Amino acid sequence: MVPVDYYIILSAILFTIGVTGVLIRRNALIIFMSIELMLNSSNLAIVAFSSAIKSFSGQIFVFFVIAVAAAEVAVGLALIVEIFKSKHSIDVDQISSLKG
Amino acid sequence: MTLDLALFLVLALVAIATALGMLLSRNAIYSALFLVLNFVTVAVFYLLLGAPFIAMSQITVYAGAIMVLFLFVIMLLGADALPKTDVLPWQKPLAIALAVVLAAESTFLLVTKARPVGDILAPADAANSMENLRQMGLVLFNQYLLPFEVTSILLLVAMVGAITLTKKEKGGQK
Repeated sequence: MVPVDYYIILSAILFTIGVTGVLIRRNALIIFMSIELMLNSSNLAIVAFSSAIKSFSGQIFVFFVIAVAAAEVAVGLALIVEIFKSKHSIDVDQISSLKG
Repeated sequence: MTLDLALFLVLALVAIATALGMLLSRNAIYSALFLVLNFVTVAVFYLLLGAPFIAMSQITVYAGAIMVLFLFVIMLLGADALPKTDVLPWQKPLAIALAVVLAAESTFLLVTKARPVGDILAPADAANSMENLRQMGLVLFNQYLLPFEVTSILLLVAMVGAITLTKKEKGGQK
């Protein structure tokens, strides 16, 4: 028997690690991975609540979140590859102009 | 201490350690592999919560498809660590301090202010069986049919977007 609070605290900690990754890393790929970590931690909280109230809707919501994350990764990585082609760097400090 | 509580605590330690490993390792490949381990740990949490279908989707979609795509792009762009730059030297300590504040605040609010929802029992044998999958399919295709179809359009748009972003125009510069 695990109190649902434990899952929520774990989810909050993982989310904070993701936020920290977005804030302190300069590599665009690592920032993107941190965003995935945040999505994942929120999924964990949703499934924990859905399991606590014994409903399937939360699990289906998480299924949709996973599908949206897959779409987001496909487009985001394509953008990062394009940025690398034009700037020859994925350091977000170097990407300071919109002009290609 | 019951068996699933012990399992939860060990897995929680692994999840936090791999997330920190992702955050702190200099090499992007190591970060990606740490993140794969984190996703697999979360999949085991889903099994503990009685959601076997989500656990399997997590492994196939996140650990399988998404992270393979990440590793592919890392190898395409070169895995070497970025050179150190000193733009905004005060930004990193400030970010860490604010993250600690966020962690304390969210944990405090969630634990003290949230209405208690109850405990999660060890999943019954029925939870990790075909019966669970059948019920979930019924809910998905009756109650949530429209979002399911919209998701297919979203995936198509993402696919077309990724192809048009990276492909070269025929004959010369893009």
